[in-house]
Amino acid sequence: MFEKIKSIIGEKFGEEVIQAEEPEALQPALTVEAARIADICLELRDNPGAYFDFLSCLSGVDYGPESGEFGVVYHLASIPYKTSFVLKVRVKGGRNTEELPAVPSVSSVWRTADWHEREAFDLVGISFTGHPDLRRILLPDDWEGYPLRKDYKTAETYKGIKIDY
Amino acid sequence: MTTRYETLKNSLQTEEMVINMGPQHPSTHGVLRLELITNGEVVNECIPHIGYLHRCFEKHAEALSYPQIIPFTDRMDYLASMNNNHIFAMGVERMMGIEENIPKRIEYIRVLVAEMNRIASHLIAVGTYGIDIGAFTPFLWCFRDREHIMGLLEWASGARMLYNYIWVGGLFYDLPVGFEERCIEFVEYFKPKLKELDILLTDNQIFINRTAGIGVLPLDVAISYGCSGPMLRGSGLKWDLRRVDNYSVYPEIEFEIPYGSGEMGTTGDCWDRFKVRIDEIKESVLIMEQCLARLTKELKRSPDFDPRALVPKKCFPKHKEYYMRGESPKGELGFYFIAQERSEIPFRCKARGPSFNNLSVISEITRGAMIADVVAILGSIDIVLGEVDR
Repeated sequence: MFEKIKSIIGEKFGEEVIQAEEPEALQPALTVEAARIADICLELRDNPGAYFDFLSCLSGVDYGPESGEFGVVYHLASIPYKTSFVLKVRVKGGRNTEELPAVPSVSSVWRTADWHEREAFDLVGISFTGHPDLRRILLPDDWEGYPLRKDYKTAETYKGIKIDY
Repeated sequence: MTTRYETLKNSLQTEEMVINMGPQHPSTHGVLRLELITNGEVVNECIPHIGYLHRCFEKHAEALSYPQIIPFTDRMDYLASMNNNHIFAMGVERMMGIEENIPKRIEYIRVLVAEMNRIASHLIAVGTYGIDIGAFTPFLWCFRDREHIMGLLEWASGARMLYNYIWVGGLFYDLPVGFEERCIEFVEYFKPKLKELDILLTDNQIFINRTAGIGVLPLDVAISYGCSGPMLRGSGLKWDLRRVDNYSVYPEIEFEIPYGSGEMGTTGDCWDRFKVRIDEIKESVLIMEQCLARLTKELKRSPDFDPRALVPKKCFPKHKEYYMRGESPKGELGFYFIAQERSEIPFRCKARGPSFNNLSVISEITRGAMIADVVAILGSIDIVLGEVDR
C-alpha cells in the first residue's frame, strides 16, 4: 500500500517532492513538498490506484519555536478500498502575525477542507493560499494571536475587558 | 385593463433580506447562529456562524496527561460521552500497544455502555426532530425512554451525563451487581416502545410530507464534505467504522448497517436520515442483547476480577503519532495524537468532531429551500455544538 502510493506520487511529480517517509510507523506517512500539496491531493483523489475520496481530518501543527516549523497533516481515507493514508507537509514560518506560513489550500479537492483549514488558520495561524473564504471560525474576528501555537501567551484582556477565570 | 390590485402587485420589488435564525434544536441552545439570506420565503444562502461554545479542548489537552483528558472528551459530544471515552481510550491504548491485553469482559462492558449511549443519543435526535417538525408527543416518549438509560448509566458510573467511565486500560469500576438483569428488563420494556414510535412518527403521513424529498444530500456531495454517520448512510452508502475498522469486539457481534434508500422520497433526504437513526436504535438493541448474553454467561462477574488491574500508572506511548477513528452516534469521531518523548502529556491532540463536518454541508443543502424547511434540515443533521466548537 505504502509503496504503491509512493510510486504514484513519484511517477507523477518526481521523487524529489517526497521529503521524508515513515513506512514503519503505526500509520505509514509521507512528507511531501508543501507547494505541491494541492496537486498531489488531487492526484491521490482521482488516481484509480489510490482513490482517496474522503478527507478524514486535517490538522495544523506547530512544531515548536526551536524548530521554527509548522506542519499540516492530512488523514485520507478511501471508501471503495477501505484504506487510509497520512500525508504531511512542513513549512518554515515566522512567529509574528505578518508573515504566516503558507500552504496551498486543498478545499478545491475536498470541500470539507474549507472549514478544517479555517480552523487551522484560526488556531495555529497557518495561511492557506487559494482558500475561498479564509477567516476565523471559532474565535472572534478581532482576536489577537493564534492559541494553539506553542509560544502563545494567554490573553489577559479582550477589548479592554479583563478575562477572568 | 389591469385592476388596481394587479398594478400594485406588479410594482412590488423583491429584495433580499437577512434573517438571523437562532437556536432551533435543543442541542444548539443559543450557540449557533444561522444567517439566512432570503428572497421572500426562499433561502438563497445560509451561512452558519459557530464558535460560541469553544472551550479550547485541544489547548487544554496539551497541558494534561492522557487519562486526565478523558473528562474533557465527555464534554465534547455530551449526549454520547461513553462513545467519546471509548474511542479516546482506544486511541491511547493503541499508541501504548496494550490494546491486545484488555480482558474480554471489559471490552464487552465498553461496547454495552457505548451502545446504550448510542440509543440515548439517537432518541434525543429523533424526539427533538419531532419537535422541530411540530410534533410534541414523540419528544416526551423519547425522553421518557432515554431516562431509563440515563438512570442505568448513572448507576454504573455515578454521573448523569459526563461519565468518565471508560479509562485507558480498563474501566472506572465493574458494573454494579444486578446491572445486567436490569438491562435485560430495559430491553424487554423498550422493544414495544419502538413499534409505538414507528406508528406515531415514521409512518405518519404529515411527518413524511414534511421530510421526504427535503434537504436532499447527494452521495458525492456528502463524501466531498466529509459527512459521516447517519448523514452519509442516509445518502445511501454502507459505511460504518464499526465494521470497516473492526475495532473493539465488534467483529464478534452481528448487526446490520442501515442505510437510506429513498423509500419515501429521494435518497439522502431528511426522512432517510431519520430512518437510518430509527433503524440504528433497533440494531443497537440487538448489540446490547448479544453483549448481555455474553456478560451473563461465559464472561460472568467474578470477585477477583478487577477492571482497573491493567490501568497504567503512567501512560507513555510507544508510537509517536496515531489517528484513531471510531463510530460515534453522529459519525466518524477521530483523535489525532502526537506524543512527546518520555512524557505522558500529548504534544498535540486534535479532535475531529463529526458534527463539525456534518454542519458544514448545511449551506449546500439549504440553497433554494423554504425557511420552514431549514428547520427540518438542521434537525435532521443532528449536531451537538459541544462537538462543533470543542
